[in-house]
Amino acid sequence: MFIKQVSVFLENETGRLSDYTKILTDNHIDMKAVCIADTVDFGILRCIVDDPEKAVNVLNENGFTASITTVLAVSFENVPGALHSVLEKLADEDIGVDYIYSMIRSETGKAALIFKVGDPEKAGEVLKENNISLLCMKDI
Amino acid sequence: MIWNKTAECAERKELEKIQLTKLKRTVERIYKNVETYRDKMQQKGIAPGDITSLEDLKKLPFTTKDDLRENYPYGMFASPLSEIVRIHASSGTTGKPTVVGYTRRDLENWAECIARCFAMAGGDKSSVVQVAYGYGLFTGGLGAHGGAEYMGASVIPMSSGNTQKQILLMKDFKSTILCCTPSYALTISEALKKAGTTTDELALESGIFGAEPWTAGMKKEIEKGLGIKAYDIYGLSEIMGPGVACSCSEDNGMHIMEDMFIAETIDPKTEEVLPYGEKGEIVFTTIGKEGIPLIRYRTRDICSLMPEKCGCGRTTLRMSRVMGRSDDMLIIRGVNVFPSQIESVISGFAELTLNYKILVGRKDNKDTFEVHVELAEGLAIDDIKFVEELRKRVDHDLRAVLGIGCTLRFLSEGTLPRSEGKAVRVEDTRNLSERV
Repeated sequence: MFIKQVSVFLENETGRLSDYTKILTDNHIDMKAVCIADTVDFGILRCIVDDPEKAVNVLNENGFTASITTVLAVSFENVPGALHSVLEKLADEDIGVDYIYSMIRSETGKAALIFKVGDPEKAGEVLKENNISLLCMKDI
Repeated sequence: MIWNKTAECAERKELEKIQLTKLKRTVERIYKNVETYRDKMQQKGIAPGDITSLEDLKKLPFTTKDDLRENYPYGMFASPLSEIVRIHASSGTTGKPTVVGYTRRDLENWAECIARCFAMAGGDKSSVVQVAYGYGLFTGGLGAHGGAEYMGASVIPMSSGNTQKQILLMKDFKSTILCCTPSYALTISEALKKAGTTTDELALESGIFGAEPWTAGMKKEIEKGLGIKAYDIYGLSEIMGPGVACSCSEDNGMHIMEDMFIAETIDPKTEEVLPYGEKGEIVFTTIGKEGIPLIRYRTRDICSLMPEKCGCGRTTLRMSRVMGRSDDMLIIRGVNVFPSQIESVISGFAELTLNYKILVGRKDNKDTFEVHVELAEGLAIDDIKFVEELRKRVDHDLRAVLGIGCTLRFLSEGTLPRSEGKAVRVEDTRNLSERV
């Protein structure tokens, strides 16, 4: 039910991002979702890839600080209010959302978002109980 | 084990008698053979006959690196070249290198000193010593080599660099003692971890590290990473090379080879001799050397002297770990900053590696001061708050120790260049000639 996200520390330096994508390219790692949180002098890149363990290993070998974080991938209808209904359930159960970002592609007609929450175990249970479909590593 | 009980455990009175005899002989030798010393002594109105007690050492002039530079290359030698069998030179970062020469007896004495150091680190003739100090003009490689051979150990003359091969030989040849700079020991330990080699696969028992200042935190890190006990060795080519002093199993200061060198600590500004225990610049007088005997040589190394008898049974004077060099000191916005202070803060954070770089520059007539550190592997870096709070804590501790603020920059692990010899931690791009 959980998804392994790869988080990468990036110095704010021109070309650093392309160093990162080159490593993924050279190692034939496919990226399914990506977003960057930036601060004044560094950024944290978060991504979903097909082989997170391999990605962390090759990134570490190439001088990047990278680690794995547990997140949820939620699939829902691409209609107004769909995201709201998910967030509402989480809020009702007092589960905090740290951040969300969207997948690059999803099943036709559906939307897919990555959720980083304070309590992934509980969030997973709540969403399942409400028949909201969660994606596994093999689905993405 | 104590290599030479007569010399290392002598009664103070006995030792002082030997020191005085050898000091007198040294002063006579340099007065006769080295013009610079004859001039210096005549200017002070002293003749060799005026040295009648160890107290009289104070009357003698100091020697500095400049004296060696001005007499480049052989002007300070007290033996003719026909008696010199080896020449070493220190890396002159500015200008010409400083040149030292050894007679056959000097090399024997040097090997004797280093053998004592190996014995302090638990070495004997069954040891396998991997020498990963650079071989060449630098005294580290050949010095450690000579001492280990003299002790009867099996020596692997690896020299520095080629870290993968160092690890391969360490495993296959079952090295028991590693000799290199502390920063290179750290590089090897990191590479070991990266390669997935555990310390159980090694036969390594101890390491003798020196040639650059290091902190207790770094020592712990190396001991953990290599699964060994680390020993501090002290020396400088002008005095002899490594082996002037070394720490024992008590790990409480380095025993000075007092039958070969007389140590004093002085206030670097006033040149007054300081009492034992007080922090100052350590000054050495060689009393057994023939090739290039030096009187009251100003090392620029800051430390203190401990006269108490050591738990290991040795009676020799000990020097504390070198806390910095009086010429390593950076003056940033008017405040004295030693790189070792920064290292001590960094070594207190498990979240950081021990590699760092200090960048000092000048912008709009103000000093800029940046410290670059590396985040250790496996941190919860997804959490920006965690990274920001770590920064705040490191920043706070640096400010508390240094008294001034710096721009702290986090880098990924492995970004900074790894040392294979003496680590270059400081980059000062200020053009000092432009300053008032």
